[in-house]
Amino acid sequence: MTVAQGVFYLIAALAVTGGLGVVLMRSAVHAALFLILAMLAVAGLYILLASEFLALVQVLIYGGAVTVLLIFALMLTRASDLPETMVGSQWPLAAVVSSLLGGLLIAAVATSNWPGDVGETTLVPFEVLGDALFRRWAVPFEIASLVLLVALVGAIVLSHQDEGE
Amino acid sequence: MSMPSAGINIENAWLDAFVGVIVIVGLMTVVVMALIYIERKVAARMQNRLGPMRVGPHGTLQSLADALKLIGKEDLRPATADRWIFELAPFAVFVPTFLAFIAIPFTQNLAISFLDLGLFYVVAVTGLSFLGFLLAGWASDNKYALLGGMRAAAQLISYEVPLVLSLLAVSMVAGSLALHEIVEFQGRVPLVVWQPLAFFIFIAAVLAELERQPFDIPTAESEVVGGPFIEYSGIRWSMFFLASYASLFIYSLLGAIVFLGGWNWPLGAEAGLWLQLIWTFAKTSLLILLFIWIRFSFPRLRIDQLMSYCWKVLIPLSFLQIFLNGLVLVYGWPHIFLLLTSGAGLALAGYIIARVGQTEPRKVRLIPVRGGRKATASLTAPEGAEGGSSA
Repeated sequence: MTVAQGVFYLIAALAVTGGLGVVLMRSAVHAALFLILAMLAVAGLYILLASEFLALVQVLIYGGAVTVLLIFALMLTRASDLPETMVGSQWPLAAVVSSLLGGLLIAAVATSNWPGDVGETTLVPFEVLGDALFRRWAVPFEIASLVLLVALVGAIVLSHQDEGE
Repeated sequence: MSMPSAGINIENAWLDAFVGVIVIVGLMTVVVMALIYIERKVAARMQNRLGPMRVGPHGTLQSLADALKLIGKEDLRPATADRWIFELAPFAVFVPTFLAFIAIPFTQNLAISFLDLGLFYVVAVTGLSFLGFLLAGWASDNKYALLGGMRAAAQLISYEVPLVLSLLAVSMVAGSLALHEIVEFQGRVPLVVWQPLAFFIFIAAVLAELERQPFDIPTAESEVVGGPFIEYSGIRWSMFFLASYASLFIYSLLGAIVFLGGWNWPLGAEAGLWLQLIWTFAKTSLLILLFIWIRFSFPRLRIDQLMSYCWKVLIPLSFLQIFLNGLVLVYGWPHIFLLLTSGAGLALAGYIIARVGQTEPRKVRLIPVRGGRKATASLTAPEGAEGGSSA
C-alpha cells in the first residue's frame, strides 16, 4: 500500500464517520460538527486528486461560510428545544426511499467499468479555470451571482418584515 | 512546485509531516512567549511603568513562569457544559492558526511547503478559526460566553471579506497567488507603495480578525466579561491565548511578506539566508509593534460601529481598489497609476474616517422584543409608518 492509498483510506474513513455522525447524533449541533468533518474530509480527497484549488474552495465555502450559517441557525433558533426523536412517524417511507437510493448507488458502482490505472493525471492550472469562468462562461457566472444577490435581498426583506410586526 | 499531492514523494512523507509539526509547534511556542513579554514591556513603556521585572533579568522569564503556572492550574469544566464541544473548542481555534504556517515562506528557500496557491491557502485555513470561538461560546452554557461567541463569529466572518479582497487586490498586481512569487515581484519596490489603500484595509481587517483593541468586542471585559473564554481555565484557556498570539505573528508575517517585500526588498534575493531571515523578521516585528501600539492607543468600538465600519467603509473601498487595479492592469498603464489611484482611495478613506469622527454619535434605536409586550412598540417609530414601509 502506497502512502497515497494510506492517506486515501484515512480520509475516506473520516468522511464516512462524518456522514454517519450527521445522521446518528442526537444533538443537532453535534450533527453539524460531523457535517464539517465530512466536508473537510472531502476537501482532503480533492487534494489527493491533485485539484488543490477545488480543495481550498471547499474549505473556504463549505468549511467556513456554509457551516457558520448552519450553526448560527441551530444555536439561535429553538432547534435544541425540540424533542430528540431519532425515529419519526414516516420512517417506513424513509427506509424505502433510502434503501432504493442506496441500492441504485451500489448497483452503479458495481456495474461501472473502472479504469484500473489512470496513468498520467492532467493538472488543470487555476489560471485556465479562471480564464474559462470569466471569459467563456462569464454570462452564466454573472447570472448565478445575480440569483444569489436576489436571494440575499429577499432574506433581508423577510427579516425586516418580521421586525416590523 | 505544486502541492505535495497524489504522486507523493517517498516513504518519508509521514516523517516529513511529523518533523514539520514539531518545528511549527516548537517555533510557535517560543515566538508566543516572546511576544507576550514584548507586548507587556511595550505596554508598560507606553503607560510609564516598568512591566514585568521580577522573574529573571528584566523579567525575561516571566512568560515561562506564567506558562508553567497555567499548565499546573486545574482544568475546570462547568457541570452543565456540553462536554465534547467544550473540550474540542480550544483545538478548533488552535489548529487553523498552526495550519496556516505550512504555506508561509520565511526566506527564498525556507518554508515548510511552497504552495502555488499559498495566499489562498492561508486565507482559507485561518477562516476556519471562527468555529472555535462559536463552539466555545455555545458549549460553555453561559449567556455571556454565548454572546461573545456570536459576536466573535459575526466579526470574524464580516472582516474576512475586506481581508480577502485586499489580498486579492495585491495578488492582482503581483500576478500570482503563490507567496514566494509575490515576494519575488517586490524585488525593487514593495507592494505597499503600489497599494497603500489595500495595505490600510489589510491592517484594519487584521486588527478585527485578531480581536485586538480597538476591535476586541467579542472578549470585551466590561460588556461580556471575557466572552467565549469565560468558563475556561488552565491549559485550555492558555490554548486560546496561544492561538491569539500565534495569529498575531502569522498575520504580521503575512503582511510583511505580501506588502513589505519579505526577504527580497531592499537587499534582493541574492542576500544570504541569515540576512533574508533577519529582513523578514524585522518587517514582521515592525507590524507587530504597530499592532501593539494601536492596541494601547485607541478605545474600544461599539458592535454596531464595528459592523458598519466593515460593511459601509472597508468593503466598498476594497472593491474600489480591485476595480482601479483592474483598470490599470487591463489597459497596461504604468505602475505609477496604481500608486496614484490607490493613494487617492486612501485619501478618501481618511476623509470618511475624519468626517465620522466629527459628527455626533448616532443614537442606537432600540428594537422591541419580538412577540413581546405591546407596550415596547411605542418606543420606536409609530406602528403605521413601520408597516407601511415594509409592505
